[in-house]
Amino acid sequence: MTATSPAPTLTATPGQTIGPFFHFALPFDGDRDLVAPGTPGALLLHGTVRDGDGAPIQDALVEIWQADPSGAVPRRTGSMRRDGFTFTGFGRSTTDISGRYTFTTLAPGGVDGGLPFFGVTVFARGLLNRLFTRAYLPLDGAEPDALLTSVGERAGTLLTERDETGLRFDIRLQGEGETVFLTYPGHSAS
Amino acid sequence: MPELETQRQIDAEIAATAHDYEQSGAEETQPRLDYAPYRSSILRHPTKDPHHADPEGIELWAPCFGERDIDPLEADLTIQRRGEPQGEKIVVTGRVVDGQGRPVRRQLVEIWQANAGGRYIHKRDQHPAPIDPNFTGLGRCLTDDDGTYRFTTIKPGPYPWRNHLNAWRPAHIHFSLFGTDFTQRMITQMYFPGDPLFALDPIYQSIVDPKARERLVSTYDHDLTQPEVLMGYRWDIVLTGAHATPLEQEDHQ
Ligand SMILES: [Fe+3]
Repeated sequence: MTATSPAPTLTATPGQTIGPFFHFALPFDGDRDLVAPGTPGALLLHGTVRDGDGAPIQDALVEIWQADPSGAVPRRTGSMRRDGFTFTGFGRSTTDISGRYTFTTLAPGGVDGGLPFFGVTVFARGLLNRLFTRAYLPLDGAEPDALLTSVGERAGTLLTERDETGLRFDIRLQGEGETVFLTYPGHSAS
Repeated sequence: MPELETQRQIDAEIAATAHDYEQSGAEETQPRLDYAPYRSSILRHPTKDPHHADPEGIELWAPCFGERDIDPLEADLTIQRRGEPQGEKIVVTGRVVDGQGRPVRRQLVEIWQANAGGRYIHKRDQHPAPIDPNFTGLGRCLTDDDGTYRFTTIKPGPYPWRNHLNAWRPAHIHFSLFGTDFTQRMITQMYFPGDPLFALDPIYQSIVDPKARERLVSTYDHDLTQPEVLMGYRWDIVLTGAHATPLEQEDHQ
C-alpha cells in the first residue's frame, strides 16, 4: 500500500499537554498487556522516559501501535476489554516513579516488506503536544531503511536493544541522546 | 521550595513571545513545545527539529475500538454514581473530522476533567476544594457514522496550580482522540467561551497564534440547551490529514 495524502483543506485543532491528572482517566485494566504474560513468544518492551537533566519522568504516558508477528495490521476491537486471546496491537502504559513504562507483547513483523517497528506516541506533563517516534526491532544485520538512513548518526535512538526480558527502548525528551521524534506530512512543527 | 514568580513576570514573558510572533509574519497552528512561561516544559521539550517521515506500514492504520470496548453509559458523566453531581449540568458535542473534512467514524473519544469546584479525583491534586462523591470526571464514547461525539457532564471549575504565584487554569475538559491513522493521534483541552483566565494561562498561550487558540474554545449553543435541564456547548475537532484513503481502510475491516 502506498501513502496517498490528499492536500489538507482544514487546519488541525491544536494539541495541549496531557497535564498531571490523567492517571484516573486514561489507564485501563490490561492496558499494557497486549498479550497475557506467559504467552509463547511474549516479551517485555520497556524503557525509561527522561528529561533534559536525565531525570526520570514520572508522569508520562507511552502508547504503542504495532503489527502482529506475521506483519499483519490488527483490525480487531477489544483493547479496552481484553479477552486474553485477541491481539489488537494497541497498548498504553503510564510511567512509574522511576520513569519506567512496560508492555507485554509480541515482536511485530514487518508490514508490506518494511522493517518491523512499534509506532510510539509519548505524552507527559510539561510536554505541550504529543511526540511520535518509532521503536525498531534490532537490525541483526538487516539494512537500515530509508528513514533510519536519513536520520544519520542519531538513528540509534530509534532502535530497541535486546536484553534478558525482551526489548529495551529508552526515550529521552531532551539533551544527550535525545530521541529522534517524527513529523509526518500534514503536520505542522508548531 | 523555590520562590514562585508572580503572574506579572509570567505575563511579561507571554507578551514578549506574542510580540515576537506577531513580528515574524509566520503562521503557527500548534502549541510551541519550547514555551518557558509553562515552567514544566523547560526540561521536557525536544531541542532538535522533528525528523520528517513518510508514514508507512502500521502508521497508515489506527487501532480499532468498538461496542465491546465502551459502554454507552460512559458518555454520561452525571449518572456514574448513585446521586446527582453538584454543579452546572451541560452537554458537549461536536464532530471529529480529518484534515480533508471527512468524518472520523466509530472511533474512540476519551475525556477527563475537574468537578464543579475545580477538583480532580487524583491523589496528586492537592487543591482543597471538595471531592464530589457523585462525580468521577471521566467519560468515553465512540463517534457515530457522522463523526459526532456527545457527552453529558458538569461544567468544570477553574483550579489553582503551582506554575507561578496565583496561577489558575481556565476551566477545561481534556480530550483524547484517535483518527483513521496513527499519525492523527492527539490529546488536547477544550475551553469555555469568554474565560477571563485565557490571557493569564501559559498552557493556553503556548499556542501563540490567536486564531489557533480560539480553535480550542467551544461555542455556547442555545439549540443544544434543554429547557430546565442543561446548557449546551458545541466543539468540533479537526485532526491532521489522513494518509491512507478511506477505500483502503474499508478493504481491511
Ligand atoms: Fe486539567
